[in-house]
Amino acid sequence: VSVETARQSNRIAPRPRRKGGDRSFRLIVLGSALTLLALIVGLVVFLLVRSWPAIQHYGFWSFLTSSRWAPSEATVTSRHPNPYGIQQFIFGTVVTSAIALVLAVPVALGVALFLNELAPARMRGPLVTVTELLAMVPSVVYGFWGVFALVPAIRPMVGFLTRTLGAVPVIGIPFHGPFFGFSYFTAGIVLAIMILPIITALAREAIATVPVDEKEAAYAVGSTRWEMIRAVVLPHSRSGLVAASFLGLGRALGETIAVTMVIGNRVLDRGTSLFGQGATLASAIVNEFTEANRPFHLASLFVLGFWLMVLTFVVNAAGRLLILRREVKR
Amino acid sequence: MRRISLPAVLIAIGMVAACGKSGGTSGTIASATPTAGSQGPCSQISTPSFASSGITKLAGAATKLSGAGATFPAPLYSLWASKYKTDSGTEVAYQSIGSGGGVQQIIAQTVDFGASDAPMKDDELTKAKGGAILHVPTVFGAVVATYNLQGVSRPLQFDGETLGKIFAGKITTWNDPALAALNPGVELPKSEIVVVHRSDGSGTTNIFTTYLSQASATWVSTLGGGDRAKGKEVAWPTGVGGKGNEGVSGAVRQTPGAIGYVELTYALAQGLPVGLVKNSSGAFIEPCIATVSAAAVGFTFPPDLRFSLTNAPGKDAYPISGATWLLVYENQKDAAKGKALVNFLAWIMDHGEQLATQLHYAPLSDELRTKAIGQIKKIKVNGQPLAG
Repeated sequence: VSVETARQSNRIAPRPRRKGGDRSFRLIVLGSALTLLALIVGLVVFLLVRSWPAIQHYGFWSFLTSSRWAPSEATVTSRHPNPYGIQQFIFGTVVTSAIALVLAVPVALGVALFLNELAPARMRGPLVTVTELLAMVPSVVYGFWGVFALVPAIRPMVGFLTRTLGAVPVIGIPFHGPFFGFSYFTAGIVLAIMILPIITALAREAIATVPVDEKEAAYAVGSTRWEMIRAVVLPHSRSGLVAASFLGLGRALGETIAVTMVIGNRVLDRGTSLFGQGATLASAIVNEFTEANRPFHLASLFVLGFWLMVLTFVVNAAGRLLILRREVKR
Repeated sequence: MRRISLPAVLIAIGMVAACGKSGGTSGTIASATPTAGSQGPCSQISTPSFASSGITKLAGAATKLSGAGATFPAPLYSLWASKYKTDSGTEVAYQSIGSGGGVQQIIAQTVDFGASDAPMKDDELTKAKGGAILHVPTVFGAVVATYNLQGVSRPLQFDGETLGKIFAGKITTWNDPALAALNPGVELPKSEIVVVHRSDGSGTTNIFTTYLSQASATWVSTLGGGDRAKGKEVAWPTGVGGKGNEGVSGAVRQTPGAIGYVELTYALAQGLPVGLVKNSSGAFIEPCIATVSAAAVGFTFPPDLRFSLTNAPGKDAYPISGATWLLVYENQKDAAKGKALVNFLAWIMDHGEQLATQLHYAPLSDELRTKAIGQIKKIKVNGQPLAG
């Protein structure tokens, strides 16, 4: 460390003398932290800069007000209607993630409760390892499993659903057929399995923070195990469980290749049914960026990237906020 | 167009396993591999003459070349690169980043050659930093219709208008009168047609939709006009999108009643069931290397060799055929690089073409090969042609 930088740091905030090793360590970790911050800011700026031609041409909000993505209809001159509508992708991203959450959260909660409260110590170790292994399976493998095992397996079952429930007026609308196997719903199932280990791990952590004396107090007044869990564990860890779900949701929102393989990639509009083909923000980007050669096509894909980032930020921030609130309360 | 990837390999393994389990259904469906004893152009092996290009190897050439572009010919280009390395010691690094990327890179002069499944457009040519760009065709490819129909033993026959109506969502069941009329004697099921198309931008889609826009008025009107009806990506009105050839063939395999389109090389390598397509002379043509080559017979090529081979007039021509090109600057800045390019391109014409059929690509016809050699001879340094 040069004399000059030492003097500068003295000028900003005089501090007691530190050992040289301490100071350089501080600088290195501070540098790492600032690099991360710069990366995130840089990423947002980069997405905005690259999407700027399209935003300038079509207007910032016009992407959100249309649900028709048809690059082949884009021309250099025409501004309206915007052929790069992205409402259906936001819909697809949110819907597939929501399906995943609805399916995964109860199972994850069950696994977490079992592991922390019920499982014999001998079983706990191997079961934890297995859930962690699930998290390590590459997403493309889940995609394969989706195409070659899940699609044929659920076709008869869902086919029955679309024929019966789909025929009911009004409430049958999301169940309309025909079901070809590739759909929002299929993508939701695959995502559910992918986020299960994350939610399980975080839910276990939340449950582990429940004070032992409170649990013992519940037993002391004669609670059964289920009553204890309901009266002590769940209320105590509720915000932690919600946060776990949000972080799982954050993972589901950005998942790309596994979703692309099973969602059917319908980009032209939203479709009519949960059992019909669709697309997500991430799947549309991965499909189209290599040959994006229509006017404003590539820039519009950057618009997709921008909104995907915004969506993920919002969800993750909400999750973090919930964790924070829980910690403050404690 | 084509991507050799782990997914492709795994799907191939998956399909082998699936065939074994389902009791050999693939045996009852006509396969793209020509059957022994069958009549027609696909059973004849016609070998182009491969006469010498007459270009002698230039001394003082660079030992490294870089290229980027189309994914469809990438397996062949990497075979060429490895053989050429042994033959000449020159290293050719090819990145298969997609035709669009290949065109961008040659425009920006960041590679020694580009590669594309579609000829460059006029406005792209005017943007090129290094002046005039030559189109050198290398091989032909084709796009085939593949389907999943249990119990139909004969290969199905299609024509352009029927394919157009199917992919536009206007024909929705297999026993539609139009399909029945094209396939007399075939008992077609009542089941629904599930259209499978590419979800990623692709030269395969470009060839397929270019053909549909020439052969089907319904297709053009449904898509809203000629410009919108063809290209690497179109606004598919119906169906399931699969990423890559493996994505489309995977979805077709998994969905009873499905029809999709994949590259011929992929269909031949995988032994997929393929349909016959009626060409402009009125014959139903089985897709194979011979019928793809036949598309170039009797075809009038423009002098700059920017052409589209779809719906070609030849009697045996398979109508959904196309070519792929290497893109090089006519005026080379660097003499050593220019010489290396001429040497490599001449080697392709003299030796590389003969390797094409190994990987199910159709070699250039004699006529087009001669014209391609003419393009190579135009490559100059300081206004002087390099090859005599």
